[in-house]
Amino acid sequence: MTKKDVFLNGAFRENSVWKQILGICSTLAVTNLMLNSLIMGLGLTFALALSSFTISLIRNYTPRSVRMIAQTLIIAAYVIIVDIVLKAQLPEISKQLGPYVGLIITNCILMGRAEAFASKYPPIDSLVDGIGAGAGYTLVLMLISFFRELFGFGTLFGVQVLGGWWTDWSIMAMAPSAFFLLALLIWIINKKYYKVG
Amino acid sequence: MDISAFLLFWAAVFTSNILLTNFLGMCSYLSVSKEVESSLGLGVAVTFVLVFTTALNWLAHHYILVPLNIVYLEYIVFIIVIAAFVQLLELIVERYAPALYYTLGIFLPLITVNCAIFGVSLFMVIRNYNFLQSIAFGAGSGLGWLLAILMLAGIRAKLKEKLIPAGLQGVGISLIVTGIMALAFVGFSGVAPIQ
Repeated sequence: MTKKDVFLNGAFRENSVWKQILGICSTLAVTNLMLNSLIMGLGLTFALALSSFTISLIRNYTPRSVRMIAQTLIIAAYVIIVDIVLKAQLPEISKQLGPYVGLIITNCILMGRAEAFASKYPPIDSLVDGIGAGAGYTLVLMLISFFRELFGFGTLFGVQVLGGWWTDWSIMAMAPSAFFLLALLIWIINKKYYKVG
Repeated sequence: MDISAFLLFWAAVFTSNILLTNFLGMCSYLSVSKEVESSLGLGVAVTFVLVFTTALNWLAHHYILVPLNIVYLEYIVFIIVIAAFVQLLELIVERYAPALYYTLGIFLPLITVNCAIFGVSLFMVIRNYNFLQSIAFGAGSGLGWLLAILMLAGIRAKLKEKLIPAGLQGVGISLIVTGIMALAFVGFSGVAPIQ
C-alpha cells in the first residue's frame, strides 16, 4: 500500500466515524460551533498521528500482556500536551471544550488505530494513517458543525452569515440535533458512497 | 457548586443525562444495545464502577494531585485508577461470585474504555463537586446511562420487525431513536439545572 492509499483509506474508505462508528461522543458533543470542532479535530489528529507513530516505533519491544496499558499511557501523554497547549494559547476554547479534550484518551478512534494499524505497520506508515484518520474525523466534525452553527446561531466560525430575518433554530444548538444530523450523514454516505440499498 | 447531593443525583439521571445531553459512553451504548438483557448487565456494571471510580478519583485529586501540585497528570492518574479498579473488581467477582461473573464479568473489560466513566471524573473536577456530591453525581450518571441504554434496547427489539431503509439500518436508526429520546429529555431541563 502506498502512503497515499493509507491516507485515503483512513480519511474516506475506512472513515472512523461513518464507517467504523468510533469516536461518536466527541463527534456529537463539540459540533455546535465550527471553531470548536476545528480545534478539536486538529487536537485529535495531533494526538492520533503522534501516538500511532510512537506505538509503532516500540511495537516490537512491547510485550503483548501490557500492550493496552502502554498504548493508553502513550495516548494520554500526547493528549496532555494538547490540553496544556490549548489551556495556554486558547483558554476560551479550552473552557468550552471542557472535558472533551481529556476524553480524547478514551476516544475509540485512537485505540482502534493503535490496535488495527500502528501495532502492525512501520512508524511512517502509522503516522500517515493517523493523519488520514484524523482528517476523516475532522471532516465529519466540520460537516455536522457547519449545519449546527449555521442553523443554530446564524453564524459560521463566529461570523454572522444569516441576516436579521433569520430566527435561530435553537434545537440545532442542543443535543438532539447532533444525533439526527449524524444519523442523516451516515444514511447519505451509506446510500451514495457505499451504495447500500 | 452549591447544590444538594440529592438534587444532583436526580439532575444527573434526568436533566443532564450523561448520554443524552453529554454524549458520553456512545460506543458501547450503540454496540451493546441489541439485546435488553446484556444492556441491563452493562448498565448495572457501569453504575457500580462509576460510583467507586468517581469517589476514588475525587480522593486522588484532592489528596494527591492538588497537594503535590501535579494536576497536569490528572488524566493519567484517573485512567490508571479506573483501569486498576476494573481489573481488581474482575478478580474479586471471579473469585467470590462466579455466577455474577458470568453475567457481568464479560462487560467489565468494556468499561475501561467507556468514556462515560472517565468523563464523569473529569466533570466532577471541572464543576468542583465535594465528596458527597461526586458520589451522587457518579451514581446518578450511571443510573441515567442505564436508563438510556435500556430504553434504546427495548425500542430496537421492536424495530427488528419494522421496515427501515437499508442505509439507515443499525447505527443510523439507533441514532435517530436516541435523538428522539434526547428531545424528550430536553423537557426535563428546567427542573433542576446543574450547569
